[in-house]
Formats: sequence, C-alpha cells, structure tokens
Amino acid sequence: MDAFLQKLYETFIVDDRWKYLTEGLKTTLVITFFAVLLGMVIGFLVAVIRSTHDMTGKMKVLNFISKIYLTVIRGTPVMVQLLIIYYVIFSSVRIDKTFVGILAFGINSGAYVAEIVRSGIMSIDRGQFEAGASLGMNYPKTMLWIIMPQAFKTVLPALANECIVLLKETSVAGYIALEDLTKGGDIIRSVTYEAFLPLIAVALIYLIMVVGLSTLVGKLERRLKRSDRG
Amino acid sequence: MIEVKGLRKNFGELDILKGIDTTVEKGEKVVVIGPSGSGKSTFLRCLNRLEKPDAGSVIFDGTDLTRASEKQLNKVREKMGMVFQHFNLFPHLTIRGNLTVAPVKLRLMSREEADSRAMEMLKKVGLEQKADSYPNMLSGGQKQRIAIARALVMDPEVILFDEPTSALDPEMVGEVLSLMKQLAAEGMTMVVVTHEMGFAREVASRVMFMENGLIAEENEPDKFFGSPESPRLREFLSKVL
Ligand SMILES: Nc1ncnc2c1ncn2[C@@H]1O[C@H](COP(=O)(O)OP(=O)(O)OP(=O)(O)O)[C@@H](O)[C@H]1O
Ligand SMILES: [Mg+2]
Repeated sequence: MDAFLQKLYETFIVDDRWKYLTEGLKTTLVITFFAVLLGMVIGFLVAVIRSTHDMTGKMKVLNFISKIYLTVIRGTPVMVQLLIIYYVIFSSVRIDKTFVGILAFGINSGAYVAEIVRSGIMSIDRGQFEAGASLGMNYPKTMLWIIMPQAFKTVLPALANECIVLLKETSVAGYIALEDLTKGGDIIRSVTYEAFLPLIAVALIYLIMVVGLSTLVGKLERRLKRSDRG
Repeated sequence: MIEVKGLRKNFGELDILKGIDTTVEKGEKVVVIGPSGSGKSTFLRCLNRLEKPDAGSVIFDGTDLTRASEKQLNKVREKMGMVFQHFNLFPHLTIRGNLTVAPVKLRLMSREEADSRAMEMLKKVGLEQKADSYPNMLSGGQKQRIAIARALVMDPEVILFDEPTSALDPEMVGEVLSLMKQLAAEGMTMVVVTHEMGFAREVASRVMFMENGLIAEENEPDKFFGSPESPRLREFLSKVL
C-alpha cells in the first residue's frame, strides 16, 4: 500500500506533475470545442450544397468540390491529415499548434457532420419542400426556415455523438507535439518511467467525459422523442 | 385566369399528361375526377409548377409558368394556394407559425400584420383557440382546416386542392368540405381534385373527367352527372355513385 501511495505521489505530486494532465485537458477541450464549431459550419454548408444539388441539379461545381472533400477526408486517417496540415501546408510558417489542431480536426469532423446533416435533410418528407414552394418561398428560404430546423432536430443525437468521437480523436494531437491530455500523460510516463498510473489516469479522464456526454445525449434523445410524438 | 394549352408531362417512359387544354376563369370552381393514376395530381401540380411540364403552357394572369424565371414563379405561387392530401403542415412550428412563416419571411407582411391576419383566418376556419398548438396535437380534420387557413393567409387568387379529404377519417370529411363550400360561396376560385361526388354536384361550376392523361369530358355538374356523354364516364360514375 505504501509503495502504491509512493508511486501516486511520484507520478502526480512531485514537481506538480498533475499539471501536465490539467493543462493537457484544457488543450484537449479547447481543440475539441473549436473543432466542433468549425466542423458544424463546414458540415452544414457541405450538406446543404450536396442536398441542393441532389434535389435541384444546381450548384454543380460546389457539389463536385464537396464530393472531393468528403472522399479525401473520409478516405484518409485523421492523423495523416493532421501531419499534412502541420508539416506540409504550414511547413514554412510559424503558427500556433493549437490552431493547426483545431483546423485539422474541424476539417475532418466537417466531413462526417456533412453526411449526418445530409441524411437529416433527406429524411424530411418531400411534402415539406412542396408546401414551402407552394407558398412562394424559394429554395433557400424553404431550406432555412422549414427543412433545416426539422433536419437539425432529427440529427442532433448523431451530431452529439460526433462530438464525442472528435473528443477522443484529438488524442493523436501529440504527433505534432501538441500537449493535449494524452500527451500530458505520456510526458509524465517519460519522466517517471512509470507507465501504468499516468496512462490509466488519462484513460479515466476520457472515460468520465465520454460517459458523461453520452448520458447527456441519451437524455436529449429521449426528450426529442417525447416532443415529436404524433 | 389560368390558361392551359397542350400540356404534356411524362415520367421517363410514361406519358402521364397527353395534351391538356382548358381554362379556369376567375370565380370558377373546377372539380377534377377520374380513376387513380389518370394524372389528376400531376395536372394540378403542373398548374403551380411543382411538376415541370414537358410541353405546352400554363398561363396565369399573363405569366407563362413554363417559361417563367424562378422569381416570377415564386411570385405567382404566392397567389396560388395549394392544399395537399397529407396536409404538409410544418411540424416544428406552432399553428400561428405555420400561417405566418411565408408572409413574414417573404416580407409581404410585418410580424404584427401576419399575426393578426393569421388570427383572422384561424377564426374563419374556426380554430382560433389552436394558435399556439403544434400540428401533431390536432385531428386530421383540424390539420386540413389549418392547411386551408395557411393558404388563405396569402390572400390567394386561386386555391388548388389535391384530394383534401382522402386522408381523413370519415367523420372529419364533413368539416373540411363545409369549409371549402364556404370558400366557394365567398367567390374563391378553386380547382379541386376529389372523389367526393356530392361536393362536385353541389359546388362545382364545372366538372372535369380525366382519363389516361386527357380530359375525357367536362361539363357543368347537372349535365355531367345527369347525362354523361362518353361510355367511359358513364362506367366510372356507375362505379363511384
Ligand atoms: N414523380 C413521379 N415519378 C414517376 N412517376 C410518377 C411520378 N408522379 C406520378 N407518377 C405516376 O404518374 C401516374 C399519374 O399519377 P397522378 O398522381 O397524377 O395520378 P392521380 O390521377 O392523381 O391518381 P390518384 O387518384 O391515385 O391520386 C401514376 O401512374 C404515377 O405512378
Ligand atoms: Mg392524386
């Protein structure tokens, strides 16, 4: 028991090593939060472009670009994308790594958000578009005021799950030397030569966040179900 | 008011409308009947160009909808209400929201104007107490009356009805038909696809029998039902009456 306490002390207390974890957690949360925002913006735009093209045949060029974006992003690992953005695209400029992380994970998440939102738009009855059109509302207005609010509600749980996935995926940020939560644990391991405690601590923190968020998503889902009975 | 000339529509290989010629005058109530699949809905949907015709023209107040720009088309649609079989109310909006979203977002009315116009129309359809309810809290008959009110808020010159009572439980058909009769009596121009022969007899100024993508016969209701000319219509009437 004493030996265990001793290890705990050495891992987290000595030299304020716990700060690697709290600072790392902060970085992880900042990257996740802004990447989620960026991903939502990109995702909604791409989803609207894609479904507008599918339904009206317009926006051919934008749709083509969107399709390439989706194929490339979903067809390559997020880590490779992160490395390319950092070492290739921003190779010659000094740039804040957190910003690079947000950019990489946001662009990545956008592709998944786009497909989620598109499925939501496609799930809305055609009659809704027709009702909007029959009142004289043009396509963008119908999209914005009639379709999107309904589609958003339908896909909210899936979007929330995408946030959870993103939170976990940011754990590869260490590859561009970003000191996120995972990297924080790894730094402790490398100074104490003791892997068990810091890595388990990191895993626990992720687990608590994910379980917490999942519970919230579950609650949200049940509330949405209740509100659209009938 | 609506002039239809040589209207044709096909879905792929299928010729659905094979050359429709007709005119709807202001104040007329045209009832369209015919067997399932004869193209009644497609005809109606060509009138406000929810379907794009393949040939012919639909001229509304001088604008040829088959050639109109998107902008012109939407302007025309403001004046051409449509009531759907399945209501197509907006489930995420309150009844008030359903009635006001178009006039407000199209900047035809201020929010206050739209609200008061909506209340006026809700009174007309007898549902003013439902203004703050959501569509899913209403019965089918109430939904369809709201759908009619939603069309009325736009102050349309004509309303197109596509089987407005076909999705309703029998006990709710009456309330919708009586509202439509009221509109007819007030002089609204209406084009109604329906299987309600009683309504056609009572309200129509002209009944149109569609068969196989063509208008097979049209006449004022007395003659239409009393002395149908074509054997096809006679056969159809013997089945539905
Ligand atoms: N979007 C579409 N794509 C392909 N075929 C279609 C489409 N819309 C209608 N049709 C076909 O066109 C034919 C005529 O359809 P329409 O809905 O106009 O008939 P209807 O007279 O209204 O029939 P009902 O009384 O059943 O409503 C049907 O055979 C239908 O399957
Ligand atoms: Mg039909």
